[in-house]
Amino acid sequence: MTQNDKIAMRMEGITKRFPGVLANDRISLECRKGEVLGLLGENGAGKTTLMNILYGLHQPDSGKIFINGKQVTIESPAKAIELGIGMVHQHFKLVDTLTALENVILGIPSEHPLVLDLAPARKRFLALCEEYDLYVDPSVEVWRLSVGKQQWLEILKALYRDARLLVLDEPSAVLTPAEGEQLFKAIRKLTAEERSVIFISHKFGEVLEITDRITVIRDGHVVGTVPTKEATYPELARMMVGRPVAMDRKSRPLAAKKDPILVMENVEAMSDRGLPALKNINLTLHPGEIVGVAGVDGNGQLELAECIVGMRKRTSGTIRIQGLNVDHVMDDPSFVGYIPADRQKVGLFLALTVAENLIVKDYYKAPFARKSVLRYSAIRQHAKDLIKDYNIKTPSGEVEVANLSGGNQQKVVIARELSDQPAPVVASQATRGLDLGAVESVHNFLLAERERGAAVLFISTELQEVMSLSDRIIVMFRGEVMGEVDGNTADVDTIGQMMLGETAEVSA
Amino acid sequence: MSPDMIIDWLQATLRWGAPLILVAMGEVFAERSGIINVGIEGIMLTGALAGIAVSFFTGNVFLASIGTMLLGALLGLGVAYLTVSRRTNQVVTGLMVNLAALGGTNLLFALLSESRHERVATFPLLFPASFSEIPVIGPILFRQPVSTWFALILPFFAAYFLYRTDWGLNVRAVGDNPKAAATAGLPVIKLKYEAVILSGIFAALGGAALTLSEVGYFASGGMTAGRGFVVLAAVVVGGWDPVRVALACLVFGAADAAQLRMQAMGSTIPYQFLQMLPYVITLIALAGLVGRTRAPKTWGAPYDPADI
Ligand SMILES: Nc1ncnc2c1ncn2[C@@H]1O[C@H](COP(=O)(O)OP(=O)(O)O)[C@@H](O)[C@H]1O
Ligand SMILES: [Mg+2]
Repeated sequence: MTQNDKIAMRMEGITKRFPGVLANDRISLECRKGEVLGLLGENGAGKTTLMNILYGLHQPDSGKIFINGKQVTIESPAKAIELGIGMVHQHFKLVDTLTALENVILGIPSEHPLVLDLAPARKRFLALCEEYDLYVDPSVEVWRLSVGKQQWLEILKALYRDARLLVLDEPSAVLTPAEGEQLFKAIRKLTAEERSVIFISHKFGEVLEITDRITVIRDGHVVGTVPTKEATYPELARMMVGRPVAMDRKSRPLAAKKDPILVMENVEAMSDRGLPALKNINLTLHPGEIVGVAGVDGNGQLELAECIVGMRKRTSGTIRIQGLNVDHVMDDPSFVGYIPADRQKVGLFLALTVAENLIVKDYYKAPFARKSVLRYSAIRQHAKDLIKDYNIKTPSGEVEVANLSGGNQQKVVIARELSDQPAPVVASQATRGLDLGAVESVHNFLLAERERGAAVLFISTELQEVMSLSDRIIVMFRGEVMGEVDGNTADVDTIGQMMLGETAEVSA
Repeated sequence: MSPDMIIDWLQATLRWGAPLILVAMGEVFAERSGIINVGIEGIMLTGALAGIAVSFFTGNVFLASIGTMLLGALLGLGVAYLTVSRRTNQVVTGLMVNLAALGGTNLLFALLSESRHERVATFPLLFPASFSEIPVIGPILFRQPVSTWFALILPFFAAYFLYRTDWGLNVRAVGDNPKAAATAGLPVIKLKYEAVILSGIFAALGGAALTLSEVGYFASGGMTAGRGFVVLAAVVVGGWDPVRVALACLVFGAADAAQLRMQAMGSTIPYQFLQMLPYVITLIALAGLVGRTRAPKTWGAPYDPADI
């Protein structure tokens, strides 16, 4: 085999511009047969855009793509599939209302156009499940599947089309540590069959574990490619961020225990689908502490947060905030600080300006309103102050929030929620999708709240930041608290077990 | 009420329900693909006139049906271009189609016909007239034109197509999650076009069934009288399932037939109130069903293929 025969895919000088952003700037990379290529880069670096181009979802402004040495034009996903490319997207592309099997065969013409015979497809699908040890029930509607299972389904869907090159876009973000191991096993099996895998991630640990070579992307261009064997954590971090970074546990002075700020007793609640989402939750938050909530997405974290801030009805139990029943919280929303997981839909009004977004909790109070008429001079001044205090990067307070970057949008939410100095602060996925710089400032804002004496509930699916920030950590699984561990002595294995639903002895 | 009246009412129920079912079967597919074709009222009206016109000139109801369906396909194509490719607001677009059709049919009908109420060749009975002599079911089922029978069988075919063929699966996927469908390699735009064109074809055919089944003439001034809009409601009430939608259409047909009979009996209730009856029933059905049906996920929403 010559050198060229070993190349499964090569991209040359790919450039892609979106209005206002150069998402990909003359990117060149190659993926060999039977290897796992890691694509490492911060959020917004351009990884997904590049892979969407490879999958025919975007057209590059310039550049060439070669598959098995032949130059190709990939004008649609159908063409990509034909070329043997499969892609598992960061945000899954599954039709919720169809069954797993229907999703798998979607887009594959059946033998006879008038008869949809699922029996052979089912057989083949189950064989694939067994072969790669990724089991999904073929007749279950997708919305009933856990995110982990949906991930398996996406992979099986690509393999059903016999993908020779499989792109996995941030696959581990939704998996438990054990599911992550299962995924790695499947990946190793794929490469043993001479298939290639492009593994996208912004987590060093897993990239170092599973890949053969790593290409690092920053701000839309390739910083460099290194063989994994020679790569080190600090070097990758420096390539990715452009400066040295430290991600150790933050030191903090111990706070004296005082009267609890938040007390939840036997709280139960339903999800939007009407299924039990919280089961018998007991939780107490004290002033000056950060309590981390670990767990795979969708295990009741959203419902927990919404119950505390009064946005969701309990079916039973009590919640008291500084002795007051939670049902009165909505009477004055500045009573609790809430950083919601979905900042664009729940946290902000994208079409309103920064200044307006900063007063939506207090708009009816002086000095922002007098006799129901808004007073823009006060609103503008308020915005100016917060933009400065929270270091929000925006041309002015009069700009629509939609125009800000993700990190600065989040700072607007944080400024509004924290500037009233609420006693309890609920932060849900507060750093999701932010680049490392913004992550650091969010962490610092929350640590400052702790210093001030607030009780912070820090909900996150990123185990690492939960461990680096929290005084205590509780782990949620299927709506229950599986256990609590001390933040100083917590280890990944114990928490990982609990994320899978195993109760561990409480060590707090 | 005498048994004869009940038999007569049931017979009329099927006859009035049939055109609605035809229109509804196309609309179900359009809406399953995510596009609400509000223009079916206008397309139905156009079909009603086209059926009469072709039948008048050729004397052949088969040709009249084919011609009407071709015209419906053309109008469906227009609606698809606007709502799918140009991504116009579906409700506003449909309303404009309906108003244009109302004006257009009035004008054309005035130009075409000297004798306004000329009767033309209509759909024949499917079964020999002697069948109608069978007690009870004879008059209800067998004194019905071909179009009624077609409408009664069609929902089962439609259900088969929607749930048991590739194309049906694709249409359902496109309406629920077009991005996922596109990623799976489906031609989303083409599928939406096909579904909307289908709704045009059946809306026009339903119109022809209205004029060519019984009355045999066209009346100026919007003779479909909002039946297309009732179909829009029936599709929701029937939960986007062909067979249940057809049943909803029959309920409306029954209400329509009942109010006509009450008018004929010389009821003391003002006839304007009776005319309201089917629409009020539709409103009640809609209100009673709120929250209990699941619309296609991107029902009525524009789809931009560049958005991934
Ligand atoms: N469809 C789009 N329209 C406009 N801008 C986009 C679009 N997709 C991505 N971008 C922008 O391109 C940049 C790269 O994004 P992306 O490829 O998603 O990064 P990554 O996957 O590395 O996090 C970001 O600044 C993002 O805001
Ligand atoms: Mg991405």
